Amino acid sequence: MDVYLQDIRKAFPETVALHGVSFEARPGEVHALLGENGAGKTTLMNILAGLYQPDEGSIWLGGQRRRWRSPAHAIAAGIGMVHQHFKLVPPLTVHENLLLGVRGPLWLHRRRDAARVASLAREHGLDVDPLARVWQLSMGERQRVELLRLILRDARVLVLDEPTSVLTPQESQALFATLRSLARSGRTVVFISHKLEEVLRAADRITVMRGGRAIATLRSQDARAADLAALMVGRHVTPPQPSPPPPGAPVLEVDRLTVPGDRRPLAVREVTLTVHAGEIVGVAGVAGNGQRELAEALAGLRPIASGAVRLDGRPLERATVRDRIEAGLALIPEDRLDVGLVGEMTAADNLILKSYRQPPLSRRGVLDPRAVRARARAALGRFSLAVPAEAPVRLLSGGMLQRLLLARELAEAPRAVVAMSPTRGLDVGAAADVHRALLEAQSRGTATLLLSEDLDELLLLADRLAVMYDGRISAILKRAEFDRPRIGLLMAGGAA
Amino acid sequence: MIRIERRAPMSREAAAGLRLAGVAGALLAGAAFLSATGHDPGQAYLDMLRGAVGSPYAAQQTAVKAIPLALTGLGVALAFHAGLWNIGAEGQLAMGAFLASWAALGLSWPAWALLPAMGLLGLVGGGLWALLPAVPRALWGTNEIITTLLLNYVALLWVDYLVFGPWADPSAFSFPYSRPFPDAARLPLLPGTQVHAGALFVVAIAAALGFVLRRTAWGYEIRVTGHSPRAAAYAGMPVRANVLLVMVLSGAVAGLAGMGEVSGVIGRIQQGISPGYGYSAIIIAWLARLSPWGTVGVAVLFAALINGGFALQTSGVPAAIASMLQALVLFSVLVGDFFVSHRVAVRRGRAAALPAQEAAAEP
Amino acid sequence: MTVHVVLAWLASAVAAGTPLVFAAVGEIVAERGGVFNLGVEGMMLVGAVSGFIVAVHTRDLALAIAVAMGAAAAVALLLAVLTITLGADQAVTGLTLTLFGAGLSSFLGKPYIGIPSPVVFRPVPLPVLGDVPGLGPVLFQQNLLVYASYLLVPAVWAALSHTRPGLALRAAGEDAATADALGLNVAALRYTGVLTGGALAGLAGAYLSLAYTPAWTDNMTSGQGWIAIALVIFATWNPLRAAAGAYLFGGVEALGFRIQAVGGTTPSYFLRMLPYLFTLGVLLVVTMRSRRPGVPGNLGRPYFREERYG
Repeated sequence: MDVYLQDIRKAFPETVALHGVSFEARPGEVHALLGENGAGKTTLMNILAGLYQPDEGSIWLGGQRRRWRSPAHAIAAGIGMVHQHFKLVPPLTVHENLLLGVRGPLWLHRRRDAARVASLAREHGLDVDPLARVWQLSMGERQRVELLRLILRDARVLVLDEPTSVLTPQESQALFATLRSLARSGRTVVFISHKLEEVLRAADRITVMRGGRAIATLRSQDARAADLAALMVGRHVTPPQPSPPPPGAPVLEVDRLTVPGDRRPLAVREVTLTVHAGEIVGVAGVAGNGQRELAEALAGLRPIASGAVRLDGRPLERATVRDRIEAGLALIPEDRLDVGLVGEMTAADNLILKSYRQPPLSRRGVLDPRAVRARARAALGRFSLAVPAEAPVRLLSGGMLQRLLLARELAEAPRAVVAMSPTRGLDVGAAADVHRALLEAQSRGTATLLLSEDLDELLLLADRLAVMYDGRISAILKRAEFDRPRIGLLMAGGAA
Repeated sequence: MIRIERRAPMSREAAAGLRLAGVAGALLAGAAFLSATGHDPGQAYLDMLRGAVGSPYAAQQTAVKAIPLALTGLGVALAFHAGLWNIGAEGQLAMGAFLASWAALGLSWPAWALLPAMGLLGLVGGGLWALLPAVPRALWGTNEIITTLLLNYVALLWVDYLVFGPWADPSAFSFPYSRPFPDAARLPLLPGTQVHAGALFVVAIAAALGFVLRRTAWGYEIRVTGHSPRAAAYAGMPVRANVLLVMVLSGAVAGLAGMGEVSGVIGRIQQGISPGYGYSAIIIAWLARLSPWGTVGVAVLFAALINGGFALQTSGVPAAIASMLQALVLFSVLVGDFFVSHRVAVRRGRAAALPAQEAAAEP
Repeated sequence: MTVHVVLAWLASAVAAGTPLVFAAVGEIVAERGGVFNLGVEGMMLVGAVSGFIVAVHTRDLALAIAVAMGAAAAVALLLAVLTITLGADQAVTGLTLTLFGAGLSSFLGKPYIGIPSPVVFRPVPLPVLGDVPGLGPVLFQQNLLVYASYLLVPAVWAALSHTRPGLALRAAGEDAATADALGLNVAALRYTGVLTGGALAGLAGAYLSLAYTPAWTDNMTSGQGWIAIALVIFATWNPLRAAAGAYLFGGVEALGFRIQAVGGTTPSYFLRMLPYLFTLGVLLVVTMRSRRPGVPGNLGRPYFREERYG
């Protein structure tokens, strides 16, 4: 089915997301929507899927003008979208999830419905157990459930938002093969991405978006990576250049650390790692293989089962969070808001989150507002952050939040920092700033453990790379051994 | 097409205006209810106003009524700041009153020793009663709304037991109250007024709460914990210990209110020592946006509503109208709050100009 | 003799537990949809008073029940509008709803204090079933509302776990954004849950004022609404377990009356504390074992579609 979005405009209270965007895609093609974070790609597709109402502009489908009053209308018209955050209800089973929002008889027949799902799954090579509960599935499996849903609903237009962000390189290849065959059967396939390489590889045509506008649409065989990058960014961004200093003494030592999980007995199993002064050790892995639990256990936020953690030779595994902070261990948590920063508080209040008990910020338990303001000015100045001092920080953009968090965590040159997905959801400029700040800390001798699902980021910054699968470190590679296919295999649990 | 959409939040002044409009809306809704049930709303409101502030005596009685409301409200507000729901002020007040009465009835000390002892026991009684639900909340995350609430019933039954049983006034056969306190156990009146010295507790605690929350490192911890317990844990704050401490302090303030009631107002302990102060306290703290002095202000307003409600009884309108009005004020302020950040947009969408079959996309 | 006493106690456990069954099952429906309604106590009071008033004036029990359920649902509608449409905080709205319901019922019930209802639900022993030894006297010599509760519990359980609307309601309560994206009408589902919960709370109230202790007194629910809310946690949001729990609580309440009836020396105040203390104890044990047992994922969270973008 032909899709044509005409002059779509959409404003949110704080910002205009789309300034009159037009976009078209045809049956039989795989069409990539390329752009930085915040370019408006997801908003545009959410409008196509009926999740948002456009302020202006119109949606044409197969030559007919359509207007969605709710996502249900869009679904009924044959639009199917796989969101970046999967639209699956974790406590429900796969087949229950597939029944949601589908019309049918009042009573549900568990066995019959499950058998139907299983046979359809086999037919399309999307293998998944229909009676498993979704929370038990890997991200790749969940994505297959999403695709099954679209096929079950006979969607003619398939939209996928950043589909490869949760997959290993091998899983990504399999996904693109599936998308290709779905397109060949006459469906229209659109996928959102910010990765030049995969767009060039997997798409027939590419539409580039920037700053809420569609900049260009090209056929992928006519496009070159450099041109796409220029269109996408619209300005010159210098990637920070890592210059690894000679590794120093061991700072952060992890010895056979085992950590219980929330939903499985052991989330981290016998992990052994050493991070030296001035070294960045990356941890690669598909989400949910124990990275979060490892980071939380190191920071003291999660009890451990066994093993040892040392900082500068001092045992820390039984230390309180406060002791670890005072020993010089910083954590950049996965959730910037709600863990790293308090959304309802001002930037100044957030900057003293870990030092509020130290003079001159407070003396004998009484805060000195002038010292707090002075600390804020100094920290904001040092990282040249233009942040309103008196507004709650939840109003800030993701990039600003992360810069603020780094300004606090890296201000006092910590001995070691554990950084968890520090650039997730940030635009290119903010991500580069984050990388620069991490490299600068490295040059001052900080030992950095960088956990990320973005392999490009790890390959750029890490001096050594540990691959994590099912709670274990399956290999630790030196820079010379960095090799994408091999890392991908390790991430998927294969032997190196 | 009519739809509700978000808007940039309005100015602080406009928001405050909206909140006042909310109070007016509640009074209008109350008036509609009164006239629907066969009462004259104009007359009723006039009677209420007279009953609340119509004479120096009435105004001072309203101030007296505001004391327990303000104290329980301050306690609840402190708990709210730490993200805790203390719905147990009712029971904490009763237990504070119980321990204070125990001293008043059992010790024949002079006033300068007895009154501080009673105050202290009031704090202890309320604080310990709040500790009971605080421990499971800190250790296992047990929902404190339900546990604090259930304990209210237990505390009130305990007071019932005392005043019908071992503490019953032998000279007042089967009336549910104790014998009167000795004079040494009575809080003095503020000079030249009929308001007891418990008013000073309100001033002291409101001032202390404001200072502690805004200006101390511990107050900072409490605010962080209230906004985001995960951030507090991440920053190495003693979250569990603070949960215990805040609940105990919150209960202690409510217990002090109980001491004020038995010592300053009633002069004995009796059944129904708290006619719902603990529940009003939630609404008061919420309406005051947890601000200490705001809590005191709203408490005075609610005291006027309650005393006005009592005055209505003589003209045949049940005093329960006061509880309804309290609830209606909160409801309409909640509606007002929504429109601080949202608006109703009526637009003539382009759909109107389109042929019907194009606009329709029925499933 | 002893057997007789035990059977009588079990029968009164069922009778005492029935209002908890209605209220807890209703609250489960609301909470499964994602709305934490702390106004159960207030809705029960409104149901109790309105059912009683209608019974006094019309002598029509069916009408009284219908009005009780409708009135409590109308009060629940207030909460639904405030929390679902306007996104107000569910806890403070629910607590205030209880205050409102208590005030409203006390206001309306003032003239009815101390007068008997001309019609009440009396026990109707069922033929055959009522004669089964043991089981009969306990379960089948009760009033019609109790029998209705026997049908209601499995019906609600089946509706939640084996029907399409039940699945949709659960999805709205677990993950509203997802349910919305899949084309479910989250607001409509949640309204349905809250209004159903309100109607059942009203039924629970009417059971008290027209069957269990047929009369109207101020605050006659004396905390049963709160016990019902605790029961929902105890039952891990499962109607069958809620019913079992309700009879257990009814048994504890009935135990107090039994002890008094046989001339026990414990002061009645302590016996009346039993249900609250028992509820507290059970709540502690349940939460001690697991921190968040079976809580609907989005319980207590308002949902607005356009809040996130990127």
